[in-house]
Amino acid sequence: MSIKKDNNWEPRILAFCCNWCTYTGADLAGLNRMKYPENVRVIRVPCSSKVNPQFVLRAFQKGADGVLVCGCHPGDCHYSTGNYFTRRRFMLLQRLLEYNGIDPKRFQAKWISGSEAAKFRDTVAEVSAQIKALGPNNKFVGAHYDNTVMEKEAEGGKD
Amino acid sequence: MARIGVFICHCGTNIASVVDVEKVAQAAKSMPGVAFATDYKYMCSEPGQAMIKQAIEEHHLDRIVIGSCSPRMHELTFRKMLKATNVNPYMLEIANLREQCAWVHTDRAKATEKAINLVRMSVAKVGNNKPLHTSMIPITKKALVIGGGIAGIQAALDIADCGFDVTIVEKEPSIGGHMVMLDKTFPTMDCSACISTPKMVDAGAHPNITLKTYCEVESVSGYIGNFEVTIKEKTKFVNHDLCTGCGLCQTKCPTKVISEFNQGMSKRPAIYIPFAQAVPSKPVIDENACLKLTKDKCGICEKICPLGAINYKDEVRYTKEQFGAIVVATGYELADWKKMYPEYGGGRYEDVITGLQFERLVNASGPTEGHIVRPSDGKEPKDVVIVKCVGSRDPKKGKSYCSRACCMYSAKHAHQILDKIPGSRVYIFYMDVRTPGKGYEEFYDNTRRDGAQYIRGRVSKIYKEDDKLIVKGEDSLLGRPVTVEADMVILATAMEPAPKIEEVVQKLGISMDKDKWIQEAHPKLRPVETQSAGIFLCGTCQGPKDIPDTVAQASAAAAKVAAILCHDEMETSPMISSVDQTKCSGCGFCVPTCPYKAISLVEVPGRDGNRKVTKKVAQVNEGLCQGCGCCNAACRTGCIDLKGFTNDQILKEVDALCL
Ligand SMILES: Cc1cc2nc3c(=O)[nH]c(=O)nc-3n(C[C@H](O)[C@H](O)[C@H](O)COP(=O)(O)OP(=O)(O)OC[C@H]3O[C@@H](n4cnc5c(N)ncnc54)[C@H](O)[C@@H]3O)c2cc1C
Repeated sequence: MSIKKDNNWEPRILAFCCNWCTYTGADLAGLNRMKYPENVRVIRVPCSSKVNPQFVLRAFQKGADGVLVCGCHPGDCHYSTGNYFTRRRFMLLQRLLEYNGIDPKRFQAKWISGSEAAKFRDTVAEVSAQIKALGPNNKFVGAHYDNTVMEKEAEGGKD
Repeated sequence: MARIGVFICHCGTNIASVVDVEKVAQAAKSMPGVAFATDYKYMCSEPGQAMIKQAIEEHHLDRIVIGSCSPRMHELTFRKMLKATNVNPYMLEIANLREQCAWVHTDRAKATEKAINLVRMSVAKVGNNKPLHTSMIPITKKALVIGGGIAGIQAALDIADCGFDVTIVEKEPSIGGHMVMLDKTFPTMDCSACISTPKMVDAGAHPNITLKTYCEVESVSGYIGNFEVTIKEKTKFVNHDLCTGCGLCQTKCPTKVISEFNQGMSKRPAIYIPFAQAVPSKPVIDENACLKLTKDKCGICEKICPLGAINYKDEVRYTKEQFGAIVVATGYELADWKKMYPEYGGGRYEDVITGLQFERLVNASGPTEGHIVRPSDGKEPKDVVIVKCVGSRDPKKGKSYCSRACCMYSAKHAHQILDKIPGSRVYIFYMDVRTPGKGYEEFYDNTRRDGAQYIRGRVSKIYKEDDKLIVKGEDSLLGRPVTVEADMVILATAMEPAPKIEEVVQKLGISMDKDKWIQEAHPKLRPVETQSAGIFLCGTCQGPKDIPDTVAQASAAAAKVAAILCHDEMETSPMISSVDQTKCSGCGFCVPTCPYKAISLVEVPGRDGNRKVTKKVAQVNEGLCQGCGCCNAACRTGCIDLKGFTNDQILKEVDALCL
């Protein structure tokens, strides 16, 4: 992997955040006017266990430089056991990704509660810095995938 | 083709001061499917909403994206607004441009770029939204309370006073639980029976309350508003419809066994009413003790019963009932210290008793008519040691939690001994004294002033020497060992959840914490709710607590129940999982992932070539599903999906963010 020496390069990081803990924590960071890098985009899901490994693979394939999956602390899941599934699924996925040459730092699962605004800010800043140091991800980009259906839709939309 | 409207809110200057809102609206115009885009000062305001409604009409929009504050703030507001249009309220997505953009960034160019990106994500998602419809489920206006201690009684009375029918299922022959066993209650020292038995009588006589004593919950199915519960009535061998509770049978029964109510310190007959003020005041036959039932001898009670109420051929009965809501109030039990503490004699010394045994000893209607005497020889003890935290706050003994009531009831016991036995001395071994309640600290102070000696430290050993119990411990404040020669020792043993709580929890589909106390939905904000909608908890089944806290929780649970039962039907969230049964392979992987047991495999007619066959497929119970989506990721064919957050919608979001 070649690391671009472009100082203006900003990574693209996707964060799947559960509605009840991390998304709330992120909102609280806003209420407290905490500052963190712009390169993280949050996708709201009801529970971290809704996140299908497929979403993560798709993100890497489409050129995301890092993916975060965030939920309630184990034991605190709004749906009682969801994040236990998340934890198991993502331990496996992380190993699969590593096997495929994706640095494990690019894919992390974090537990951030609705009150941990500072932890949200710090996590985002830390992950963002780590990924910035790793440089762009181009591992799966351009990998063959039947995108025709989607592309057609996208084209249709532009009309 | 979708016709999307995008509305970017300035939120006064909250968003607009950091994000170039006009540029965002401009950019939205070229996004796929967008038919209209604009920005406005306050989207949530009356004129803002009117402007959106007008745009919907003018531009024939069929779905909208609002770029504003967090969806946690105004999603409901905008859904309500859509109800008044012909756009379905779920054809809405909100891009979080305030909490997660403007408020956390300072660089205008970068924040604006991010805002455009977030709007693009929402536009991509909304393009795949489908109209969703809430459905109404009817509500059975009747509550079930499991456990008839003070918690269950209070909850039942409050619900019944709201005009709803309540059934109390109590496993023992009488309601009352632990509170009726107590003598006096801290901190006011009012007689426990005097304040609890009137409540028991009220519950027994209330026109809206049905008591099902000597009964247990056999199985539970269904969901909020519509639980179907099978109740098991154990064999009483006495027909309570005929019995008047005259009590003649009790006096003539020749068998005597240990009395549970008096904590093993007296005997009761095999046909028995557990205590004088029992509700209902009608006997049951202990089938393990009765001579007729064990050896086919005796039969006296049948002969003398003037009403012919005795029925030795009684059988277990099951009844099915519908309930709209359930309150769990199964209370606590004292941990069996005998196994945990061989160093305290492990039960070999009769004069080492538990706090509950002391309550019976000091109670005027107890085995000694209120005289505090040693169980071994009936002598009045002069030196009494009270040991606190027996089992509690000791991970080595298996329980790390504090049992909460012991500091106070130990002070109460000390006070009672000093008060009733002139010249007596009381030594209390403690780790800490915790008295955080109204009037509690003052109560503890008074007990010390009465003369109770508090020794900070644990007791390591109790053994017998002649007539005395030798209590060896450590005074950790003075840093030296202490030995007390005592006549009697009272152990403040740990509270633990009711026996068989695992079964109750499993039948109800709720959860417990590491110590098997029932888990509340949220420790601060939903303290009397469980994870399962429509099932509530109160009292010591949730964790150790005293009577004031128990009663407060009970009334809180009752209010929650009334808030459900006061409706004829309730709206369910349409954002739940559903199965495309044509694609489902029936593997069943989704079933165990569901925390609400909402998924089951059912048989449906299918086709194998030309042959008609039945196949197994997953089905989601709409009343039980809470919409977490955990099952979605477990599905191999992708046929189970969460409405409002479908795999497709999220993939579209991913794609949009990666553009
Ligand atoms: C020695 C001692 C002294 C105390 N003194 C005081 C005091 O002075 N002041 C004070 O405020 N607090 C005191 N307490 C605490 C007090 O006892 C409790 O706070 C109170 O009794 C809790 O009531 P509850 O209804 O939650 O539980 P419980 O009284 O335990 O009632 C639970 C009921 O549920 C029934 N049940 C259990 N499982 C099932 C099942 N599966 N199906 C059907 N029914 C079931 C039980 O049979 C029981 O009737 C004392 C406690 C002890 C141990």
